[in-house]
Amino acid sequence: MLKLGLPSKGRLQAQCVNWFTARGVGVERTDEDREYAGRVTGVGGVELVLLSASEIARELAAGRIHLGVTGRDLVEESIPGWAQKLDLLAPLGFGHADLIVAVPSFWVDVETMHDLDAVAAAFRARHGQRLRIATKYHNLARAFLRDAGVADYRLVDSQGATEAAPLNRTAEAIIDITSSGETLRANHLKVLDDGLILASEAWLCLSRDADMSAQEQVTLATLRKTLGI
Amino acid sequence: MASARAYMAGGRIGDDLARLSALRDRVLQGFVRAGAARVEPETLQPADLLLDLYGEDIRARAFLVHDPVEGELVLRPDFTVPVTRLHMSDGGDAARYAYEGLIWRRQDPGSIRPTEYLQAGLELFGGTDPAEDEAEVFVLIRDALCGVEARPLTGDLGIIFAAIDALATSERRRAALRRHVWRPARFKALLDRFAAAAVPSAPRGALLSADDGTRRETIRAAGKVVGMRSPEDVAARLLVLSEDQSLGPIAPADKAMIEAVLAVKGPSVEALRDLRAMDLAAMAPALDKLEHRLAALSARGVDAENLPFDATFGRGLEYYDGFVFELRSPDPALPPLGGGGRYDALTSILGGGIGSTAVGGIVRPEAVLAAGGQA
Repeated sequence: MLKLGLPSKGRLQAQCVNWFTARGVGVERTDEDREYAGRVTGVGGVELVLLSASEIARELAAGRIHLGVTGRDLVEESIPGWAQKLDLLAPLGFGHADLIVAVPSFWVDVETMHDLDAVAAAFRARHGQRLRIATKYHNLARAFLRDAGVADYRLVDSQGATEAAPLNRTAEAIIDITSSGETLRANHLKVLDDGLILASEAWLCLSRDADMSAQEQVTLATLRKTLGI
Repeated sequence: MASARAYMAGGRIGDDLARLSALRDRVLQGFVRAGAARVEPETLQPADLLLDLYGEDIRARAFLVHDPVEGELVLRPDFTVPVTRLHMSDGGDAARYAYEGLIWRRQDPGSIRPTEYLQAGLELFGGTDPAEDEAEVFVLIRDALCGVEARPLTGDLGIIFAAIDALATSERRRAALRRHVWRPARFKALLDRFAAAAVPSAPRGALLSADDGTRRETIRAAGKVVGMRSPEDVAARLLVLSEDQSLGPIAPADKAMIEAVLAVKGPSVEALRDLRAMDLAAMAPALDKLEHRLAALSARGVDAENLPFDATFGRGLEYYDGFVFELRSPDPALPPLGGGGRYDALTSILGGGIGSTAVGGIVRPEAVLAAGGQA
């Protein structure tokens, strides 16, 4: 059976189901009481696996599922060398979110990453500590800051409500996902002009490491043809 | 393979281990014969203190370990910083040390570089003749390669710092360039920015031409104060920005001078001649140091005149600030077999402002053995 991983709940799951249904592939819950079970109709030989988006990224990388829908941000952040481990087959047009660098709005002297670096140097000289940047995207943040040539910063781990870190005085700036910008504004933050790290959305991904029988390859070809990707 | 180790298919058991152990002993004994005392820094080092001192490359590659009692720790990613820390906490008088052991660095997916490998090295603190110390370390590291042929490469970050000193611009701009000597792309971007006539964005242009009261009102109206950076910090930087704006760009000839210094590459004697020919008073002391070093190396039998020199070499490791060298195997699968350099500034950071001279070097025993080294 060709294993397809889809989000196990919420809005992302509903959007996935709609996307597949619109292309002639049905996704049905087999038992309303058991939230995490379901089946695929329209194309034979596909087994549905319902997981969280981060588990889907992990299982694709490990080759334990063949296909899966997950966010590009999770793929790039959590799978070292992701381009060797999976193929991004198709963007699904939902789950849009930008990974950005944001600083307090009252920093009227800071517009760009260049400014952020200059401010980090002055901050360290004046306050005796490195400028703190709150994020849960440690790998993407570090790579982006390195490429931008920013020094004298320190990443502070933040697994939730990252936008509130400056308000709570646990960080000076943040690197986080934003979809509308409203939460940023509510937390007195603004995005830097060149502070877009990644424009993310939900993607259908194919694992390059998952073993595939001849039958599963036929199923994959049929599924891709039906989906038109 | 359970018995594989850095650059070797075996080496954890049996004859391979015996050969490696003999080579490790020989390397360390060479350093001890040169008067170095053995030191043994901790494997687990305090992360906050240490990671600050390495460049971005090592910082991103360090293995972090979290301990609920001691906080963030790091598996030592090299010896130089931990040894310097030991030395400075022990009084910081003149001393020379030898050490040997494992270090750890994370590697990218698919990389052939090992995550765990041996380093053996020595560090000289408090020497009074920099050229002599540098020549001695170079020769000791070369001789520790156990007869393996290796191509030397040298550089000198002191020359880049001297070129920055020679720039006719504000001290603030020179400090910004010095801060990014170890980040070549950012350094170039900064130099380009300083050399261009800056056109500020419309809001920034308005802010820069406003008086202090208007600026402070703009800061206040722009949003609630969040984080530890204060409105005073913002106002202070606006002042810096307007000063910089009125300063105007650095002269094209000055930018060309920095680029010319960074482009110097070739046999040491030619590099020195090219740098002397630029005729910059601010660079004379750094060039005298280079000349003395070449003389000290010659006195020790090194073909110093033909020693390859590259002005941009050594910009990867943030703590080096003077002479740097590497000894490279012709085998592209092997890392540099040895290398080292000067790092005076690191001693004053770890010594709370009281520094010392410091120069040192390491060899990679597993790579030396893999390259055919014999104990």
